[in-house]
Amino acid sequence: MLLSRLAEHVYWAGRYLERAESTARLLRVHTELYLDMPRSVSSGWRPLLAVTGSADTFEEVGGSRDEGVVATEEHQIVKFLTTNLDHPGSVLACLTAARLNLRSVRALIPRSGWEVANSLLLWAKDEQDLAVPRRSRVEWLDEIIRRCQTLAGLLDGTMSHDQSYAFMKIGRHLERADMTTRVIDVQSQVLLGHRIGDGTLPYADVTWMGVLKSVSAMQMFRRVENAGVSGKRALRFLLCNPQFPRSVDHCLTELSRRLLELPRHEEAMAACAASQRVLVDGPLDGLSGAELHDLMDELQRSLGRIHTAASTTWFAPPAMVTRREDPRPRAAAGQTQTQRQRVS
Amino acid sequence: MIGPDGQPRPGCDRVVKILEGLGGAIEDRQRSAELAIQAMGITFTVYSEGENIDRSWPFDIIPRVITTGEWDRISTGLIQRLTALNAFIDDLYHDQRIISEGVFPADVIASSVNFRPECVGVSPKRDIWAHICGSDLVRAGDGVMYVLEDNLRVPSGVSYMLENRAVTKRVLAEAFFDLDIHPVDSYPNELRTMLAELSPRDIEQPVLCVLTPGIYNSAYFEHAFLAQEMGAYLVEGNDLYVDADDRVFMRTVDGPVRVDVIYRRIDDAFIDPEAFRKDSALGVPGLMRAWRAGNVALANAPGAGVADDKVVYAYVPDIIRFYLDEDPLIPNVPTFLCSDEAQRSHVLANLDDLVVKPANESGGYGLFIGPKSTAAEKVTIREQILADPRNFIAQPTLQLSTAPTLRDSHVVPRHLDLRPFILSGSTPYVTQGGLTRVAFVEGSLVVNSSQGGGSKDTWIVDPATNPQQPTTDV
Repeated sequence: MLLSRLAEHVYWAGRYLERAESTARLLRVHTELYLDMPRSVSSGWRPLLAVTGSADTFEEVGGSRDEGVVATEEHQIVKFLTTNLDHPGSVLACLTAARLNLRSVRALIPRSGWEVANSLLLWAKDEQDLAVPRRSRVEWLDEIIRRCQTLAGLLDGTMSHDQSYAFMKIGRHLERADMTTRVIDVQSQVLLGHRIGDGTLPYADVTWMGVLKSVSAMQMFRRVENAGVSGKRALRFLLCNPQFPRSVDHCLTELSRRLLELPRHEEAMAACAASQRVLVDGPLDGLSGAELHDLMDELQRSLGRIHTAASTTWFAPPAMVTRREDPRPRAAAGQTQTQRQRVS
Repeated sequence: MIGPDGQPRPGCDRVVKILEGLGGAIEDRQRSAELAIQAMGITFTVYSEGENIDRSWPFDIIPRVITTGEWDRISTGLIQRLTALNAFIDDLYHDQRIISEGVFPADVIASSVNFRPECVGVSPKRDIWAHICGSDLVRAGDGVMYVLEDNLRVPSGVSYMLENRAVTKRVLAEAFFDLDIHPVDSYPNELRTMLAELSPRDIEQPVLCVLTPGIYNSAYFEHAFLAQEMGAYLVEGNDLYVDADDRVFMRTVDGPVRVDVIYRRIDDAFIDPEAFRKDSALGVPGLMRAWRAGNVALANAPGAGVADDKVVYAYVPDIIRFYLDEDPLIPNVPTFLCSDEAQRSHVLANLDDLVVKPANESGGYGLFIGPKSTAAEKVTIREQILADPRNFIAQPTLQLSTAPTLRDSHVVPRHLDLRPFILSGSTPYVTQGGLTRVAFVEGSLVVNSSQGGGSKDTWIVDPATNPQQPTTDV
């Protein structure tokens, strides 16, 4: 029998690990893409804030001036997203939150998993000076991604596939699906005044390739589609390909598998099925920027409803008539589902 | 282990021989022990500079040795003590016979901060209140073991006793072949059995929980350790709730699960914001209702801490005589009560030689050690005693015994104490030995791990048995 509190901790550990890794991945790809993009069409670094939903937080805490010198926008944004602990979505803050959640469930995870999680955070902290400078940034990000993958693999391979494991996977896949929709959503701004597949968007192939690369999908896309990159194919691949592990459809299928293992899963399963229906029903061809944005928005809201269902079913204390006090606010890791404010 | 003549004490000669046989290798063994402690993740938590730091458990590999003959007498004495203390607590919350018969002063209870009026009239199973007790023993200059204090609230340290043994078995394995050292690892099982007996529901597998304040508590390691060893659930306050029928449930993924026994590692004042401190976020609202209704067992029972008072300590010999009609088997340290005028003037006149303790603190807080105090500290303690005499006791500064300890490559004498744990189940149980704590600093009497103290394994060894001849090492 798994305590609700512990289920919530493993769930958030899964989410934060995934968030750290996908943010690192995103930054790594963007750094490379930035070098390829003609200056005239480069949208700079701000789209990263849009993807991670952190533009508002950036205005509040991110525009730091290091050592009294006004840093470049690139410097500021990269620092904000990698090592700024005032930003709860930075790679370092996510790793810290993941470790804090794992610490509470040490008894549930293999000891080696805990040690890897610990050394991951220690490394990220000790080497944080590497994160921002262009010459070392990719090295830092690669190491973070590698270590996150090591941890995920280790847990997959050594942890019993019991309820706590199911909650970790649910957190991971919910976060992953969310990230994929956010990466796609950036395209809705690029598409302004154009429609997917109408052949009028300059550098359409380059920008869609960027989207695919941001979720490490480029190679798999080529193998499966056996065709050049187009908006229509890229979008279909990222949303509906059942085999690619970062496609929204794949994440939802994994999610429903894990949900089925849990008791009292009806509400969460219904929410998951509703998300899958959005995918099936949504017309993907010829979308305008605004329509694409609406679709992603709808998907994200439906993912949010899966979280809410999980939270009320398994995590939240049942409202007891005899309770005379509100339950203690969960102080664990400052975790919020809505921490990413949408930017549209 | 070593007598004043430099020779091994009776029963210790074989242990000394084994240790001497190690020669310089003893340092390698010490290093192995420290590595094992790191690898096993045995830590304690220190709060410093706004951060919680997990430190490795400080440990000395030279064991403390006590012979079975002496330990048997001590065990019997501890069980006698706890039997009397439990009878005393139960009497205080019922008829208060000991007061009406003039053996124990009423005003001590009236002014006790740990007497809980909420517990009056409650009858826990088998009238036992202090199920788990850790009593601190010291050997003084006269060679006699004294009880220094009884911890009847939430005594900690037993997990370190078990881990010390696990580490020692790794690094001094040969000694366990050659000597008849009593095993200690049955404790978690004994604890589980004792807790399960308390279950209000007569079912095969009652649901047991260890209630912890959470990961930031300094004893969290122990809470997690014991829960795991017993197969109990490690819960925090908001994992539990009390329903309208005064039953306790724990929130799980499968829905609410009824809880039978709670081994609570949270002080009385924090266990139920409905009954005690309203600002406590650690406890469970309604827990006292459920306990009074007999729907859940709490160990130790709320209110048991009344006997933790150091003024009560001074009366324990009388308490033993009153309830058991026996003489105490283990002596108390002579204690002066500052509430008594004659004793108070004696204390104030002899501050240089005395140790003064607040009556209701634990963990060595507020301790005044006369021979080591400054003039300013003497002024302060004098004012404190005069302002609140009920709250202070004084004892002579004991010449604590020492044991050989490895420091910077040398074996040197260091002061130590011993905390055995006593379980008051249907069959009382005393640990084989207990947690030996040692002051690493020369001359120091402070054994707390947060203040430069460490610990040792404790060996109860039978000098009479003749173990098999040691096999030759290959």
